[in-house]
Amino acid sequence: MSLLSVRDLTVKFAMRDQTVTALNGISFDLAKGERLGIVGESGAGKSITGFSLMNLLSRPGYIDTGKILFEGEDVVQMNDKRLRNLRGNRMAMIFQDPMVTLNPVLTIGQQMIETLMAHRKLSHEEARQIAIVKLREVYIPSPEERLEQYPHELSGGMRQRIIIAIALLLDPQLIIADEPTTALDVTIQADIMELMLELCQSNQVGLILITHDLGVVSQMTERTLVMYAGRIIEAGRTREIINDPQHPYTQGLINALPQQTVPGQRLKQIPGNMPGLASIPEGCAFNPRCKYATDLCRSRIPEIVHYGEVEVACHEVQRLNSDEDRQEARA
Amino acid sequence: MFAYLAKRVIQAVAVMFVISLIAFAIQGNLGDPLRELVGQSVSEEVRQQLRDEMGLNDSFVTQYLRFAGNALQGDLGTSYFFKEPALDVILKKLPATLELVFGATLIIVGFSVPLGVYTAIKPDSILSRIIMGLSIIGISIPVFLTAILMIFVFSVEYGWFPSYGRGDTVHVWGYWETNFATADGWLHIILPSIALASIMLPLFVRLIRAEMMEVLQSEYVKYAKAKGINPWRIYFVHALKNTLLPVITVGGVQIGTMVAYTILTETVFQWPGMGFMFLEAVNRVDTPLIVAYLIVVGFIFVVTNTIVDLIYGLVNPTVNIARMGA
Amino acid sequence: MSTETLNPKSEPSRWSKVWNSNMGYSFRRNPVAVVSMIVFLLIAIASFLAPVIAPYDPYDPAQIDIMNSEYPPAWVNGSLPEFVLGTDDQGRDLWSTILYGTRLSLLIGICAVALQAFLGISIGLIAGYVGGRLDSLLMRLADIQLSFSTLMVAIIFLAVTQAMFGTDTFNKYAVVFLIAVIGVAEWPQYARTVRATVLAEKKKEYVDSARVLGFGPMRIMVRHILPNSLSPIFVISTVQVANAIISEASLSFLGLGMPPSQPSLGSLISSGFDYIFSGSWWITAIPGVVLVVLVLVINLLGDWMRDVLNPKLYKG
Repeated sequence: MSLLSVRDLTVKFAMRDQTVTALNGISFDLAKGERLGIVGESGAGKSITGFSLMNLLSRPGYIDTGKILFEGEDVVQMNDKRLRNLRGNRMAMIFQDPMVTLNPVLTIGQQMIETLMAHRKLSHEEARQIAIVKLREVYIPSPEERLEQYPHELSGGMRQRIIIAIALLLDPQLIIADEPTTALDVTIQADIMELMLELCQSNQVGLILITHDLGVVSQMTERTLVMYAGRIIEAGRTREIINDPQHPYTQGLINALPQQTVPGQRLKQIPGNMPGLASIPEGCAFNPRCKYATDLCRSRIPEIVHYGEVEVACHEVQRLNSDEDRQEARA
Repeated sequence: MFAYLAKRVIQAVAVMFVISLIAFAIQGNLGDPLRELVGQSVSEEVRQQLRDEMGLNDSFVTQYLRFAGNALQGDLGTSYFFKEPALDVILKKLPATLELVFGATLIIVGFSVPLGVYTAIKPDSILSRIIMGLSIIGISIPVFLTAILMIFVFSVEYGWFPSYGRGDTVHVWGYWETNFATADGWLHIILPSIALASIMLPLFVRLIRAEMMEVLQSEYVKYAKAKGINPWRIYFVHALKNTLLPVITVGGVQIGTMVAYTILTETVFQWPGMGFMFLEAVNRVDTPLIVAYLIVVGFIFVVTNTIVDLIYGLVNPTVNIARMGA
Repeated sequence: MSTETLNPKSEPSRWSKVWNSNMGYSFRRNPVAVVSMIVFLLIAIASFLAPVIAPYDPYDPAQIDIMNSEYPPAWVNGSLPEFVLGTDDQGRDLWSTILYGTRLSLLIGICAVALQAFLGISIGLIAGYVGGRLDSLLMRLADIQLSFSTLMVAIIFLAVTQAMFGTDTFNKYAVVFLIAVIGVAEWPQYARTVRATVLAEKKKEYVDSARVLGFGPMRIMVRHILPNSLSPIFVISTVQVANAIISEASLSFLGLGMPPSQPSLGSLISSGFDYIFSGSWWITAIPGVVLVVLVLVINLLGDWMRDVLNPKLYKG
């Protein structure tokens, strides 16, 4: 049995005069200890997916339909008490910007100890000892002193390590990391990623890594989902998706990577922008930016189909594969 | 800690200096001390001589320094009306005002936090809407009108509460007279306290609600939820502590307004406090008493503001005065 | 651009633009805002037309007969039909006196706020634009000014002025004193907001480009930066008018504002207060209700405007 099984998840946002669909029929599975990447541009619905898994959407967003089975139990149906027991305990989350994630008026120690005591019957001192051990695991020097400090006394990288330590406090089955390094200095990003990979592997923790960085995904994850305008458009083993993308959008993303460009040449950007949630075009949402688009693409939403090693939602995937442009793009 | 404290104290001294200058200017220009002393029927020659003796012909700086020196020793002149040292007159009235302020503060703090937090947590509930509706009516009724309304309803119509004065008071610690020792004292202080609190309370409810709602949208509150923390702990530890920082600042600013409202409340209820005394002094052009009131109120105001700043520093770790001292 | 604003034909389209804008839409959708606006306009128009509407002139001693004092309103026993809302302690028709008093209260409130806005906006623009030492000095002053409550400053200033000049001279210039003291004391409210906008706008490119184009600081501030602070200024102004009216009423109540011979709502309530124990409640109650309703509708409009204009809440 997989650790997590998402079925047909649809999330909507009730706006002032209309309701927009932010996630549309998302389905995927995650095995125990597996590391999954979710990639896409901002606004594709990656973060919303992450928050939905914990049933932590705040108004005006809500889960409309679908199931999120975590260890066999549906997160969508859980009451508040069950949800509290889930959050931070069996499923932990790492937020995007460590500068605003920790509460500025509480010490690191208070914020770690409260998490432990919320889920386990521990004395304050026992909780403190666990916190110190976990801070050591994320290579924080002199953890005893850190516990007494306030967030503003620590650097961003240090704070993100502490947030990782908090995620590990209760030995969860799954960690959801929402762009955990975007807000950090480039020099620290690699360190944090390496640390997360190491900890996930050694502790057998499942990881869902939400990012727009394909490079990070290829280092960190075993499988990848590519999202566009609230839908999964391509899914499969990370290696396959990076090396042999099927969907024109994924191809575009990979071609846009600086590594794919000869120095001196312009980056191969995908033309146009992702549509806003309120104005998703008919048919395949990607069709206005896709050079392979046909009338079918403009009228019908493509089903997810098995193609080669991956699953992909594209009408034209077969034609595309034999297309010469594609050969060229691969080169 | 030292740097923070020193900065506050220097600022307090500077404000006090300005207040003393204003007070001095008023003293020099309001009324004629000579006339109060000897009356109208004295020859110009004698007047000049007296002026010299009293130092009224000295330079501005010399006169100010004498004034400030005396003030520092607690000599703020002698009230024309009471024929007593002005400071003594005020200090006798001070307990009445402070107890009134204390009563009002108790009401404000006791109600604004729970009401503000509740309306922030449940913004759409019927009770919240009622509270917010009442609060906007509350801030629209001037203090003196609330006071009159309460007198009319609870004293004139129903006769539940007395309408003026302090009632039976009891001496404690020497000269301090308190309302809180007798039932009659309690009865007398209830209406004035409510009146004094009536405009500040809704103000603080609205402020706490607005700040709290903003804090509840913050990432760290979302994160606390993601950690599975109990909602009560999120509201009262994570959110409220951050909410209180701006509220403390506003509280400091409102101290001056509170003093002004005591004048209004004391006038309506004929409460024998400093504010009531001040208005009487103004009507009698009792300059030393006016000046003394200004200095005493200014002093109280500066001290409380400095204390509020220090509390802010203690609550807000980014100011962190404790660590700087260690 | 300028020719367009001069063209009278563009006026109706501008009006319909406002009507159909976000603000107009939310206004029509909000019954509280609509009712408040109607009530406010009714009070404002009635009070400014006081000389036309009022059956008596409360400032004219020839029309006042002390024998008419303390008649109750028309719906109470013992009333006189010619005095709909009764008469006050001096025998003035309460309805007329309230109309004139409301006019005074509104006038003082609006003028005081205009003065506040002028001072605050100028200081805020200068502080934000010049920056540096001047900025920190002005903002320090603003802090201190703000912590001295307006009402406190006003009470002391007016008390001393009254004691110095004597009641007669003071009464003659009471309107000016009230506007000046309420107007001067509250400038920091505007200055802080405007300064914050200036600081935010200063960083943006269009200000740079205006500077590069050689426009002077005055023009940049007035033409480019000021329009961006309009919505907070609008919101502040509403609340400030309400506060100024309350301040004026409080000062007049204490006898430090408008004299009983030329009463604002506050002084009317004050003179009625002495008669409340003898049963003449209407001299206090009716002007009190008018005062509260006036302040309340302004506050409600302010609340609505804050909800609509505040970009922080606009995110949803």
